[in-house]
Amino acid sequence: MMAEIEPKAEIRELRVKPIKNGTVIDHIAGGQALNVLKILGISKTTDATVSVVMNVESGKLGKKDIVKVEDRELLDEELNRIALIAPAASINIIRDYLVIEKRPVDLPDEIIGVVRCQNPNCISNTLEPIKSRMLVKAKNPVLLRCLYCELPLTDRIAEYLI
Amino acid sequence: MFMRHVLSMREFSREEIDSVLDLAESLEPYARGKKSDMLAGKILALLFFEPSTRTRMSFETAMKRLGGSVINLGPAEGSSISKGESLADTVRVIGGYADALVIRHPKEGSARLASEYSPVPVLNAGDGAGHHPTQTLLDLYTIKKESHLENLRIALVGDLKYGRTVHSLAYALSLYGADITLVSPPTLKMPEPIKIDLSSKGTKVRETSNLSEEINNVDVLYMTRIQRERFPDPVEYKKVASSYQLTPEFLAEARKNLIIMHPLPRVDEITPAVDGTKHARYFQQSFYGVPVRMALLKMLIGGGE
Repeated sequence: MMAEIEPKAEIRELRVKPIKNGTVIDHIAGGQALNVLKILGISKTTDATVSVVMNVESGKLGKKDIVKVEDRELLDEELNRIALIAPAASINIIRDYLVIEKRPVDLPDEIIGVVRCQNPNCISNTLEPIKSRMLVKAKNPVLLRCLYCELPLTDRIAEYLI
Repeated sequence: MFMRHVLSMREFSREEIDSVLDLAESLEPYARGKKSDMLAGKILALLFFEPSTRTRMSFETAMKRLGGSVINLGPAEGSSISKGESLADTVRVIGGYADALVIRHPKEGSARLASEYSPVPVLNAGDGAGHHPTQTLLDLYTIKKESHLENLRIALVGDLKYGRTVHSLAYALSLYGADITLVSPPTLKMPEPIKIDLSSKGTKVRETSNLSEEINNVDVLYMTRIQRERFPDPVEYKKVASSYQLTPEFLAEARKNLIIMHPLPRVDEITPAVDGTKHARYFQQSFYGVPVRMALLKMLIGGGE
């Protein structure tokens, strides 16, 4: 286990203070933080304390975003959806200021009810009692295929988030 | 072989296609009128939410020739569908009346949805611009019977952008390692994702807009209709349409074993004078829809092969 802020990082000016308990999503591609919130379903009214840092310098990504959600340990299935738009993101679960788990995101084989099919004539875009179902055909870059109409979706996935 | 539904060619392996084609061949005498009670007591429901002549009638013929019977959805007006019933509900209800459902619907993916709700097997007879797998299977059967599936050289001609039959057929032919030439006007070329899919399977795909160049290089010419409404300019349409028109003169130099296929209906792309040539196979092709659909029905509701 390690502190959320490693000793060498302490000399840098902190934009957001460390959180006591919750989830830190790091290494989100610059500009995608709000889409990450949308995927997590915390874009609307929420009681959680959420900090968003956008476009900070990152050796790995050039510019990166960070999202911190306090007092909530997000579930694996919620977190893995983040890989749709931020395949390089890393997840840190924090308890009492310590990182108790750190891992990359990994897309499941199928994503249900998260991304709408881009085909306006697809049966999944009607009033039928079904959720969108996207099969993950490739993870980097992400290639999805609608289970219903089989149309692939690869660019602009963020635009089709439900 | 285990097959629950027939929704998309993507779900067929080459071995599965071969077993459908083999069974179709053994059922051909029944398609020609030999008596059978293989599917006696079984009921096939035809749910056509869009007009169809050949597909609907050949399914009906296939079922009746095997001794089964058919129920029809009838016109949507005045039915539960016009009252706003969901497809999911319609399929659940009618699936309770029949042993299998055939569905044609204007929305892509509708047959897949139907398969999720239906208690009985679903056969996709065309979902919008999506799939029409029984057409592809009868096309493959025609090629097998009238030409050859191994080492096939085929030209797909006409509207390759919107024509769903050529997309499914090209995909299935890639399983047989066919050498495919795409012949279309520049504005109606096959969409990039489909071409990428084909080349990722190791299929050789060439593109040209000149039909006369290809006529001596192929075993099969697969013609499709170029629709007038795809062209904003009627003059441009006329020019394109006439350059993809088969006439006996055009075929004069063709190899003698060249065969011509067309999913029908045709308009101007094959003149009636071609019908009498040794190359024409499109009416034969449309007949082959019956044994192929018989094979599928037998596999799905007749207790296997």
